[in-house]
Amino acid sequence: MLKTKNITKRFPGVIALDHVDLDIKAGEVTAIIGENGAGKSTLMKILSGVYTEYEGQIFFKDNPVHFSGTADAQRAGIAIIHQELNLVPHLSITENIFLGREMITGLGLLDKKSMRSKAVELLQVLGLALNPDLLLANLKVGQQQMVEIAKALLQDADLIIMDEPTSAISAAEVELLFKVIDQLRKKNKAVIYISHKLNELYQIADSYIVMRDGKTISSGNMQDISHDELISKMAGRATNQLKKITRINSGKELIRFENISLRQKYKGRELHNISFSVHEAETIGIFGLMGAGRTEFLEAIFGLHTEAISGNILMNGNKISISKPIDAINAGIVLLPEDRKKDGLVLGLEVKKNISLPALEQIESSGFLDAAKETAIAKKYIQQLGIKTSSENQITKNLSGGNQQKIVLAKWLEKNPKILLLDEPTRGIDVNAKNEMYQLMQQLTDKGIGIVMVSSELVEILAVSDRIIIMAEGRITAILSSAEATEDNILKAAISAN
Amino acid sequence: MITKTAIYKDRFGKLQSLIALFILCVVFALLSDKFFTIANGLNVMRQISVNICIAVGMTLIILTAGIDLSVGSVLALCGAITAGLLKNGIAIHPLNLFIGFTILGAILAGIIVGASLGFFNGIIITKFKVPPFVATLAMLTIARGFTMLYSNGFPISSFPKNFAFIGAGWLLGLPVPVWIAAVIVILAIIVTKKIRLGRYIFAIGGNESAARLSGININRVKIIVYSIAGALAAVGGIIVTARLDSAQPNAGTGYELDAIAAVVIGGTSLSGGRGSIWGTVLGAIIIGVLNNGLVLLDVSPFWQQVVKGSVILLAVIIDKMNSKNE
Repeated sequence: MLKTKNITKRFPGVIALDHVDLDIKAGEVTAIIGENGAGKSTLMKILSGVYTEYEGQIFFKDNPVHFSGTADAQRAGIAIIHQELNLVPHLSITENIFLGREMITGLGLLDKKSMRSKAVELLQVLGLALNPDLLLANLKVGQQQMVEIAKALLQDADLIIMDEPTSAISAAEVELLFKVIDQLRKKNKAVIYISHKLNELYQIADSYIVMRDGKTISSGNMQDISHDELISKMAGRATNQLKKITRINSGKELIRFENISLRQKYKGRELHNISFSVHEAETIGIFGLMGAGRTEFLEAIFGLHTEAISGNILMNGNKISISKPIDAINAGIVLLPEDRKKDGLVLGLEVKKNISLPALEQIESSGFLDAAKETAIAKKYIQQLGIKTSSENQITKNLSGGNQQKIVLAKWLEKNPKILLLDEPTRGIDVNAKNEMYQLMQQLTDKGIGIVMVSSELVEILAVSDRIIIMAEGRITAILSSAEATEDNILKAAISAN
Repeated sequence: MITKTAIYKDRFGKLQSLIALFILCVVFALLSDKFFTIANGLNVMRQISVNICIAVGMTLIILTAGIDLSVGSVLALCGAITAGLLKNGIAIHPLNLFIGFTILGAILAGIIVGASLGFFNGIIITKFKVPPFVATLAMLTIARGFTMLYSNGFPISSFPKNFAFIGAGWLLGLPVPVWIAAVIVILAIIVTKKIRLGRYIFAIGGNESAARLSGININRVKIIVYSIAGALAAVGGIIVTARLDSAQPNAGTGYELDAIAAVVIGGTSLSGGRGSIWGTVLGAIIIGVLNNGLVLLDVSPFWQQVVKGSVILLAVIIDKMNSKNE
């Protein structure tokens, strides 16, 4: 059905896909497995026409194709069901299914009757007893997912890509979904199924492809490979490019988290009884797959989910209360957010103004901002952190990702933090900038600062952490010392909750 | 390199406005011999001073990515209250109590009412998460209603003689309203460039999420900014009232649009985070000169509106093209 040859996709500084060869067969469900950042999503974006620039060739139904966009891929017969739903909440089920593909009468008016009866038909196929006039907003997430699938069925696509389709739906709905997938298989359609839930894959997939670092590592029949073999293929044998850093902790506890949880059903996020402590000069790595609750944990202790958080935070044995970011900052806890462009920086402002933003009261003299002091502080960090910029007056937008991340770090250093919360600190920055970031982290811990780093990169977690906390579905599933941690046992713990 | 081009572009943007203003002046001077006179220049300055007061507050709000549609009504209500207090004071009949107001007292009361209305806008926007457009649209109607209630729909006229000085007086060769506007402009420049509040305003407009994560109290900054805008609208109302020696219940109708026009022509982005007080002053001058010149040329008032609207469009299109090239 679909073959690719030497698909390579480069992003500035990174090779996301490295000569990928796929062979997807009709009448089969092919599972694609790999840890975060292995290249699965990039590959799917190429197959569904989101990315149009790449090297290599795609053959669909034996014809060479190069999609010019998502509409082009759809016309050819490829449908994708995204992890994030692409539906309009204030339109009905019927209207959503037919969005962009409306049926019209001879007069050019919407043919509502035919669309509705076709929608009823599709819902029946999916075993959904729902009124097609219901608004999407009134459906449960699982039902919305089924509407998305109905949309793909309407296209009568020959290849259907499902990206983590069961991440938001109940066990009963999963059963239903699997029945539908089985029907698709019988109709000789091809299905690409991406999931972290290995048990599911044994239930539904015929064959598997393991991806790692943008390459296909292994493929074969699902029945021929064991659970453990799959995991070790995903992890690979650690080819550690990074120098292992070991330190001696003073043992003095800086902060302790006790039973940090988020209220049930809080915006679809979960966090259950997270407890651990951070010591002086210690780096804790938190690993988990997508949706494990890592970011939620950092946000919660930084005062961003005040209305839903429970549990205690103790510093030097005293309970502290954090209800908004400034409370955390004043306690010496600072956060480098996951998305630095969206949450970390005011991109339109100069470098110096971003650095001074949280510390403006420190550069005030008798109520006025002291421009000379501000420049001096900016220059200090530009030099100390090696920020590459033409000057402190440069607009932050014009800097590279790695240098922007250093600016987020710089703005917090002026506040003399005790605990640094880093959320994916090296995402999207090149290898050199990554290594610089690790060195900076080490310099900071040498001064006694404690670091809690969330990362999706196993290599990074293993290289910089003194202890590794593994989370899955909002819970801690393992805490490993750097001596006992291996890629295998980390991934096992990250997947085990399923 | 990029910095230099960026700064150059910024200056170029302002330069464009200046060139546009210059061309306007030359054209009007050629077409009308009444235009390029000292008397007319002072006239234009006095005419735009009220708009500048309002537009400065509007600039601060728009820099936070907000908007305030209520300033025209707030202007009317505060003008009426200052007028009413000056003329009638407050009489509490059951207690047989009468509170009289001095000119200064009445002015302060008017400004406090303006700031309070702005404060109320800020609370609705931040605590109840009502979009600024809707919250201030409601206040536009509410404040106008209160103006009518307070004045029974009639003008409040004839005040102590010294009060007129604020609107019609002269000081060191310039109309008093021009001095008031100048002081407001200077203070606003200091606020935007030299103190913490100004920096927070730019940061919130530029990226509210990053500002929040930097520990900035977003709600407080917004409430302060809306309060300032309300107080400045009140100042405008007091000037108008003093000038006419009368508080008209329908004063200030549509003033919010002139203020927004000045801000936009001055290059402040409606999406926040980018702009300047100077730009707004320039924008207000361009609108003022345009109004004045078209009147002198005897252009029909209907055409005047068409021209004004077209200038706003042109200014925004040029601004968009500039920022696209960045």
